[in-house]
Amino acid sequence: MTEVVFYIFAAAAVLSAMLCILQKNPMAAVLWLVSTMFSLAAIYVLLNAEFIAAIQVLVYAGAIMVLFLFVIMLLNLGNARSDFRGPSSVAATVVIAGLLAVELLALVYYSPRRLASEFSQWPSYSDPATLFVAGQITQQEAAAKGVVAAVAAPLFQVYLIPFEITSILLLAAIIGAVVLAKRDV
Amino acid sequence: MLLGPALALSAILFSLGVAGVLLRRNAIVLFMCIELMLNAVNLSFVALAQLHGASGYVMVFFVMTVAAAEAAVGLAIIIGIFRHKQSVDLRNINLLRG
Repeated sequence: MTEVVFYIFAAAAVLSAMLCILQKNPMAAVLWLVSTMFSLAAIYVLLNAEFIAAIQVLVYAGAIMVLFLFVIMLLNLGNARSDFRGPSSVAATVVIAGLLAVELLALVYYSPRRLASEFSQWPSYSDPATLFVAGQITQQEAAAKGVVAAVAAPLFQVYLIPFEITSILLLAAIIGAVVLAKRDV
Repeated sequence: MLLGPALALSAILFSLGVAGVLLRRNAIVLFMCIELMLNAVNLSFVALAQLHGASGYVMVFFVMTVAAAEAAVGLAIIIGIFRHKQSVDLRNINLLRG
């Protein structure tokens, strides 16, 4: 059942992403990208990451995409002319992106099995889930203390200094955006 | 445990993002394709967090922060370019070419 739902949302994500990059109108492209992000949020729920799914909807689909929509509306780009590159660039794009996809998919097929066989005594046919206990510990913590607590504990203990540096990054981004968008610098 | 299919979906979405960057000339659509690539990487982080624990979720958190900062600064730059050139087409943005 879970797998069927996963494949439905995966197909929706890939379809929306393709429509996003093939849509002439930037406004429609943003809306298809929002659709991709909602599908990804559903997939995060299926992968036991409910907190990340909520953040995905709030931050990505809610905040960042609305920022894109605002800019497109502000600059009045809704009925722009076609901005696709010429046929030779399309051919190069298909070759490059296709090669990249084949490489990444080969890596995907290869790596979990290889990891599993390296960590176990048997050469193959072992389930990665039984070999990596950290994931199961996290899921037990999530069941015991709640989904948010399982993410918050490492965030505020192990990764505290990167978390604080993040606030400096955001401050720099705010100041940079204000300075860049000001009318006369 | 949907590790393999999730990683495969991540690979496909990343390649679609790369294809979009190579295919389009509109600077805003280019930014959206970069967001698509960041999302694909987030998906692989979440998929591998099933095995390696909650550190993957923390990484997704940081990636989202960087994506938000990048979108804010990038869109401000695009607004500044539009003010000078009246266009966001990459063909018109050739200031550094001389």
